[in-house]
Amino acid sequence: MPDFDRTMPWGTALAKRRLYSVHLDAVLLLGLLAIIAYGLLMLNSVAGSATLLNQLLRLGAALAIMVVVAQLDPRLYLRWAPALYVAGILLLAAVAVVGTVAKGSERWLDLPGLPRFQPSEIMKIAVPLVIAWYLHERTLPPRTRHVVIALVLVALPAGLIAAQPDLGTALMVAGGGLAVVFLAGIQWRWIAAAGALAAAAMPVAWFALYDYQRGRVLTFLDPERDPLGAGWNIVQSKTAIGSGGFLGKGIGDGTQSQLDFLPESSTDFIIAVIAEELGLVGVTVLLALYLVVITRALYLATRAPTTFGRLATGSLTLVFFAYVFVNIAMVCGMLPVVGVPLPLVSYGGTSAVTLLIGFGIVMSIHTHRGW
Amino acid sequence: MAPNGSNKATNIKNLERERKAFVSRAVATFAILVGALLLLFARMVWLMVYQHDEYRTRSDENRIQTVPILPPRGLIYDRDGDLLADNQPAFSIVVVTEHAGDVDATLSAVAALVDITAAHRAAFRERLAKKRRPLQEIPLKVRVDPRERAVIEVNRHRLPGVAIAPTSLRAYRHGPHMAHAVGSVRRIAEADVATLDASLYSASEFIGKRGVEAFYERSLHGRPGWRKIEVDAHGVERREISRRPPVPGQNLVLHLDAGLQFEAVAALGQRRGAVVAIDPKSGGILALVSNPSYDPNLFVAGLDAAQFAELSGSRDTPLLNRATQGLYAPGSTFKPVVGLAALALGLTDWERTYHDRGEFRLPGQRRVYRDWSWRPGNAGGQGVINLRAAVYRSSNTYFYELGSRMAVDALQEFTAQFGYGRVLALDVADTDPGVLPDSEWKRGMRGEPWYRGDTVNLAIGQGDLLATPLQLATMASILANRGRVVAPRMLKSSDGRLAEFEGGTLAAGNGGHVEGLSAADWEEMAASMVDVVHLGNQGYRRNGIAWFHIGQDIEYTMAGKSGTAQVVGIPQGAEYDDELLDEYHRKHAWFIAFAPAEDPQIALAVLVENGGGGSSVAGPVARAVLDAYLLPKMQAAPPAAVAEAQPAREVVDT
Repeated sequence: MPDFDRTMPWGTALAKRRLYSVHLDAVLLLGLLAIIAYGLLMLNSVAGSATLLNQLLRLGAALAIMVVVAQLDPRLYLRWAPALYVAGILLLAAVAVVGTVAKGSERWLDLPGLPRFQPSEIMKIAVPLVIAWYLHERTLPPRTRHVVIALVLVALPAGLIAAQPDLGTALMVAGGGLAVVFLAGIQWRWIAAAGALAAAAMPVAWFALYDYQRGRVLTFLDPERDPLGAGWNIVQSKTAIGSGGFLGKGIGDGTQSQLDFLPESSTDFIIAVIAEELGLVGVTVLLALYLVVITRALYLATRAPTTFGRLATGSLTLVFFAYVFVNIAMVCGMLPVVGVPLPLVSYGGTSAVTLLIGFGIVMSIHTHRGW
Repeated sequence: MAPNGSNKATNIKNLERERKAFVSRAVATFAILVGALLLLFARMVWLMVYQHDEYRTRSDENRIQTVPILPPRGLIYDRDGDLLADNQPAFSIVVVTEHAGDVDATLSAVAALVDITAAHRAAFRERLAKKRRPLQEIPLKVRVDPRERAVIEVNRHRLPGVAIAPTSLRAYRHGPHMAHAVGSVRRIAEADVATLDASLYSASEFIGKRGVEAFYERSLHGRPGWRKIEVDAHGVERREISRRPPVPGQNLVLHLDAGLQFEAVAALGQRRGAVVAIDPKSGGILALVSNPSYDPNLFVAGLDAAQFAELSGSRDTPLLNRATQGLYAPGSTFKPVVGLAALALGLTDWERTYHDRGEFRLPGQRRVYRDWSWRPGNAGGQGVINLRAAVYRSSNTYFYELGSRMAVDALQEFTAQFGYGRVLALDVADTDPGVLPDSEWKRGMRGEPWYRGDTVNLAIGQGDLLATPLQLATMASILANRGRVVAPRMLKSSDGRLAEFEGGTLAAGNGGHVEGLSAADWEEMAASMVDVVHLGNQGYRRNGIAWFHIGQDIEYTMAGKSGTAQVVGIPQGAEYDDELLDEYHRKHAWFIAFAPAEDPQIALAVLVENGGGGSSVAGPVARAVLDAYLLPKMQAAPPAAVAEAQPAREVVDT
């Protein structure tokens, strides 16, 4: 048994042990629930009760799925990772052929008998798992040959998703895969080289972008060039954040949020609502909660008994973090606007389900022993 | 199985090494993540602490709008409280273009429901091109009827940015009858915007143009209030934060007598011309008519280009205020002033006689100056006459002779006291000072010296002398007052202080006196003018010149003077219509009068353009206006003497 339990007060340790026996991690679970509660509080401020109820049901379902996922033996994930990956690739290919167009890109798949969903979401889980599965079989640090194959495994779905085009998700998926390679111990000079290469490729990438994507980059660089059009979102979100000040305007009193100046206030831009209504204090609390979850998950990664467990846990954590970072950086004007929600806070079920499945796997890996 | 065992051994060793390697990577990752979170935190601190004030301001600018509140325009009443200019609530279809998106599509959608003319569209476009506040409602159609209003309200969900807005519109109950006196408000034009105080007119769509509406614009307009409101991103008001009520414009009471004005309009009938009637005691303008007129309400509703072109291009010039801007030679109405000038200058007296032979020549000159009575084979003029007879017979020859002996600059100086060549009116908009020529004027305008012949012409009110009906009414008032000068004015009273005047009130402006004459001179001149009307049954060529037309059945003493003014000829080579030439080249008919002569309560000037004879055409108009003003007063309190002298009024058709 992990020795940290002994340092805890007796009652806490008992509760932890009980949770442990149902394959849940107390710290992680509490962190996630706290974030979810925070998100619901803010959602209540900017959206109606119907929306709130909807989100409650979705998150409840997602949490239930997480609990189920945590019960399954981690070897199951190890064994089925390749199959999940292949299935994901096939579905992405299907999207390219028969996908539904929404907002100018093909992302959705309408399969009979199933709710409409984005196959790219599967890849956010499947790619970290499959890379972890692949490197688990190999010696670490990985050899060049293995790294190349791993990169191909990452590039294939990322490329398909980018072609939809959904650059944001593609980067998330690629990031999840690359995180595994990084955690597997790839040498620092390779990383440095890759970084330099990426920087050098930027001008080339510029020409590969769609017009609307270039527009987003230009808007990011200078939102004031079209404050009422393309720059509206970012100008208004920065205004919401900046006007919040230290303590905020109070829940329900955020004029930017409540008077519709802030677009997407319940979804991608909800951090701006937190900033406006609860101020720097509110933002700091949320960042701290995320830090708790991430720290705990990374700690759990180091405690995992197998290479697969470590790599999978670590990379799922990094995907989660990437969501947090990209979303907040985007809303406060440090990154171009890409459609990435704030994990477990933004209104919407899809990403919550994906991320909580990820944490379900993390808990499964951590709470099952002897594999 | 050495290779196996060694393999297994390496594997175990590798596993431990891998775990350690992973831990070190995890630590590095953790450091990066914390660094990244700190970066986000720093960014938040930058926005929320260091740039807080700027963004706070921005967010307030987003949500708080200051909406000006239109001040109610001051009402205008006549002397008896008849409401001449009123504000009426009305509803307009307005468009907020920011919400409408495609303006063309919106206009088409509205046009499918209610009648939207090309003029509405044009005016809307024009308004759209001007400066405006963000989210300002631009009127598309003012004054919609209840059915149109309902149709728009019902279909609002299909018409983003379209709304029904309550407004207040100026309403002129008496329409064309008061147009030239009261003026009207019109839509603020691009040209006005440069000169207007933007803050004062922030809520206004209209500005007073012409007449009282123009002169008292500052007092009538009032000061706008404002409402600070919180709006959402769609411009929809959520709540009011604060409000300052507008300061309503001043209500004005005018000297105008609406009843008298209508009588004057009726008396003129279809003829082009003007009537200005003044209370000589106060200078208050009782009636100010210019015919033809226009409906001032048209300018409120909005004229399209064709309607405006029709008004402004008409040969009858309905937009011209003949009473204050029409310039005409005063003709014989000027003779009393010339006679008084000659008395003041010592060039004649009441006893001196002159033999009027029907024509006059300056010594050594061939040009013949003819009397009005002159016909081919001159019948001999008015005979031997004194100044009084020269006035009531309107002898040209007598005044030619006076003029020939008079220094023009002395005449000019004397005449200016009656308001010629300058604006005596205190608060009448758009008044023309006319022309009172003297030697200096002629040198400047014509580059010629002043000839004696010019003075001869001037002495019968012709030549370069030009004046407005308002100026002639002023002259009549001064004659009525026996020399006491009164400045004409529209305003009788107001609620409070007026921005138009220093000191806040309309200064008296009266009290001056025409100099150089005795009281007897003034009385005699008034008597001469009474003779013009009342002296009858004296035989051919002995009666007062207007007696036959207006003097035979009169119940009060009326002093008057007729005049006919020559019309400036069409320039040589100019194209003209033969049919029209006749009418438009006839002489203008004048009549000035005051009554009752012994204690004048009203003085007036009547002009009938191209009317022909002053006594026969303008005289009856003057009589009708005086009757309308005086008879009701006399019936209310009949002066014993008058009632006794003329118990029954005989109606004579002339």
